[in-house]
Amino acid sequence: MTVLAELRNLTQCFGSRIVLENLTLQIQEGEILALLGPNGSGKTTLLKVLAFLLKPKSGEIKFQDEIVTDKNSERMRLQSALVFQKTVLFSTSVFNNVSYGLKMRKMPKAVIEEEVRKALKLVKLEGFEKRSAKRLSGGEQQRVALARALVLKTRLLLLDEPTANLDPKNASIIEEVIVTVNRELKTTIVMATHNMFQAKAIPHRVALIDQGRITEIGTSADIFGRLSRNLASFAAVDNTFVGIARITDTGTTIVDVGNGVQIEAALQKQGETSIFISPQDIILSKNQVTSSARNVFKGRIIQISDLGSLVKLTVDIGKPFVVQITKRSFGEMELNLESEVFIVFKASSVQAI
Amino acid sequence: MNQILDGIVRALQLIFSGDPTVYGVVYRSLLFSGVATILAVLWATPIAMLLGLKDFRGKSIIKGFFTTLIGLPTVALGLFLWLILSKAGPLGFLGLLYTPGAIILGEALLVTPLIVSIATNAIEAVDPEMMNLAKTLGASESQASIAVLKEAINGIIFSNVAGFNRAIAELGVALMVGGNLAGFTDVLTTNISTLTARADFSTAIALAIILLVIVFGINLIIVIAKNPQVLLALGRMPQ
Repeated sequence: MTVLAELRNLTQCFGSRIVLENLTLQIQEGEILALLGPNGSGKTTLLKVLAFLLKPKSGEIKFQDEIVTDKNSERMRLQSALVFQKTVLFSTSVFNNVSYGLKMRKMPKAVIEEEVRKALKLVKLEGFEKRSAKRLSGGEQQRVALARALVLKTRLLLLDEPTANLDPKNASIIEEVIVTVNRELKTTIVMATHNMFQAKAIPHRVALIDQGRITEIGTSADIFGRLSRNLASFAAVDNTFVGIARITDTGTTIVDVGNGVQIEAALQKQGETSIFISPQDIILSKNQVTSSARNVFKGRIIQISDLGSLVKLTVDIGKPFVVQITKRSFGEMELNLESEVFIVFKASSVQAI
Repeated sequence: MNQILDGIVRALQLIFSGDPTVYGVVYRSLLFSGVATILAVLWATPIAMLLGLKDFRGKSIIKGFFTTLIGLPTVALGLFLWLILSKAGPLGFLGLLYTPGAIILGEALLVTPLIVSIATNAIEAVDPEMMNLAKTLGASESQASIAVLKEAINGIIFSNVAGFNRAIAELGVALMVGGNLAGFTDVLTTNISTLTARADFSTAIALAIILLVIVFGINLIIVIAKNPQVLLALGRMPQ
């Protein structure tokens, strides 16, 4: 496989803080590479270096066999596009947002119109051209940002947590677009994520990044097929737990993750196990509900984060669980820090990693 | 109250009579303050962009310096400029004192801190990733800076309008370095001052009303240019 981009012994600092340390990485042409790591691990900085927006303190970057320098970085930037985690839009129409890069490249007007139309169709925003970009919903805005990058048909597409703050519907659309663009346009994609499930399902390769270093890299099957200390240590990744599993008489598995928390999973696992429960699979309620779900835990809210249309809650049930609910539900349920709640999820929602 | 009413009547008379003296004063006010504002915008905008976009040592001190200068008394600036532009002063050779050039220079210096401060705040309010966004989409450094300026345009326009308002309404600089020479360097504010000293209150009030109408009128034009729906809304108002 051809190497599209290569980073060698790259170090990046902000002041005295080392953000990337002696990092070496090759990006294969046509692949989807996931950078998986907790917040603060250096994923965003690495993406900005790959986008030629940040000059590293030391080390070398090669793109298509050419070393990237101050003199050619502006030209190199035309070969890549970065979609930021926090959506940044121009205060204008969807059309003007999506066409911005094409105008910078001085494309003819007819070509711009056609390419914008195609890009919006790809992200399922046909007919949105004249709408004010900033008045769209959070998910639609992120899709506009993605269309704006896709329309440029760059060799390298960089995505920083592309579905982090999105509801399941919009997240699903974006994941579908990522896979389609890679399959049909052969676009090389590097995406940063702390979503274990996403890192397992979508990319060809996964690079684990922690404290500015790549600790492991391999195919998804390699990384998730064996229990690695690095992967299991991602305690900062939402809803990832390491515990001792035992198979029950009914064929399910009980995983003891400590502090009295025992999680029932529709798996067959024995011994030390890492498990993950997607925040979207967890239901939050103020009262105990009777349902078919095997996992019901009482806890209290210890952290609340505003994600635009969604609210991210951390609930302490003995172990911290992250749950995502809509802002409307948050308001209707009148939740606050220290509110007592129940979290409920099915045994089938528990995934082994 | 009678004086104010007399002033309004006198203002209408002066405007509709086409009095060349009054029109001359208004023209000079608009010209000097307009050119001063343009000059200030030309050097204030790059300063605001530097302060708004870049991080460097001493940035907060420079920002504080400009903010402090907003409150500079106009007569103090006028005096300072008089000393510099007078024959004995270091720039006396330019022969600017008591000319329109001196007023324009003085007012440009006066409004620069205001324009810098407001424009800097407007630029800083733009998403800090905007530059990176423009660059990753293929913009050069200068194109990316323009993208940021466009996002801050409302604030920048406001800074320019605020600058013009301050320039046209100031008295100290125009009086000290302009000399209030009739038909040459006299403007609305210097005439209002002189007429009041002469107890010609109705004409002074008339000119004050004209000045207010100019300031409101220009600001209204800016509002409508930015938001044409305002005209539609005015048209729909109950009769």
